[in-house]
Amino acid sequence: MTNVALTVNGERRETDVEPRQLLVYFLRDELGLKGTNVGCDTSSCGACTVLLDGESVKSCTVLAVQADGTEVTTIEGLATDGELHPVQQAFHEQHGLQCGFCTPGFVMATVSLLKENPSPTESEIRHALEGNLCRCTGYHNIVRAVEAAARAGA
Amino acid sequence: MIPAAFAYRRAASVDEAIELLADEDAKLLAGGHSLIPALKLRIARPSVLVDVGRLDDLRYVRDDGDRIAIGALTRHAQLTSDPVLERDCAVVARAAALVGDPQVRHRGTIGGSVAHADPASDLPTVLLVLDADFVARGPDGERTIAASAFFTGPFETALAPQEVLTEIRVPKVERSVYLKHARRAQDWATVGVAAAVVGGSTQVALASMGPTPLRARAVEEALANGAGAGDASDRVGEGTEPPSDVSGSGEYRAHLAQVYARRALERL
Repeated sequence: MTNVALTVNGERRETDVEPRQLLVYFLRDELGLKGTNVGCDTSSCGACTVLLDGESVKSCTVLAVQADGTEVTTIEGLATDGELHPVQQAFHEQHGLQCGFCTPGFVMATVSLLKENPSPTESEIRHALEGNLCRCTGYHNIVRAVEAAARAGA
Repeated sequence: MIPAAFAYRRAASVDEAIELLADEDAKLLAGGHSLIPALKLRIARPSVLVDVGRLDDLRYVRDDGDRIAIGALTRHAQLTSDPVLERDCAVVARAAALVGDPQVRHRGTIGGSVAHADPASDLPTVLLVLDADFVARGPDGERTIAASAFFTGPFETALAPQEVLTEIRVPKVERSVYLKHARRAQDWATVGVAAAVVGGSTQVALASMGPTPLRARAVEEALANGAGAGDASDRVGEGTEPPSDVSGSGEYRAHLAQVYARRALERL
């Protein structure tokens, strides 16, 4: 076992993990944060996207031991005082989801995108979401949600 | 999918990593975006993972006079927006932007990509066309390996088991291009063509057209003898062994390579 100490959604967590434990299972099974989904488990679909030190990563392709000393943000960490994060609010208003399974990953990927590029073009949005798959929406409302979030200054 | 069990050691320096690699079943972990999927599929089953991912002093792009030095742990996301590369070797930045997707580029490193040596990978092909030099450090000290001698087989390189790739050096070029055909967003290249004018001569390299990234020597020779883009690119298949797999047949790849080589040369 290897000791890891990290900050998850603003809260310090310290525990022993098996070195082979993937970050996504650490978040879900050790910390009970089930908002991060396991989709393809092959770093393709992006359902497991979280922020590692502010940047989007696929948590099925990061070992928990690699996250030692970092700050992790999951979908549970976005809302403050019961208020949705502007990206969550935009996905809600633009109906950027249907079944919702991919949504936490899309929202986290969008938060990372808008931090790097606050005013993306439609083409830039579509390319920036290449690492996330949605099998329901056809992506149009997701792109609208990202545009709305950018306008809202997310 | 869960990797087989392994011991985990985090190296605090390159020298410590070299010592830890003395265990013959050890594997080096950088960004992990080639290795972790292989661990999960249990294609790779190392007994020890030596994590060099915290060696931040190996993350840099530096103007070194007539060449540019790139630290092996520089992430793809950093390469895509680096001002030195943008000015003096744009093809590295452009190719890095075509690797995987944003999440992958936030973690994956140029050194990891090169050491993994996937023949369908973008950056190895671009570094081959540029005649890059690879700096490796091992128990006996440091040595420099030319790109032409580095890629020895599919997923095989000239790196010795205890050597750590530390730096990649590329020339400054004014004219360079990388074109990639992929079946899906975020995919590896079905075929990739890199072209650059290096030291006055036009060089061409291919991804996914054989067991390693390949130089298209016949195309280069035709260009040197005054052929235009169309005639030169007709010779792109010479010396290649394009594989047939789910992304396309060898015949289809040969066709793509000819079309992409012509386009690359026209854009150069």
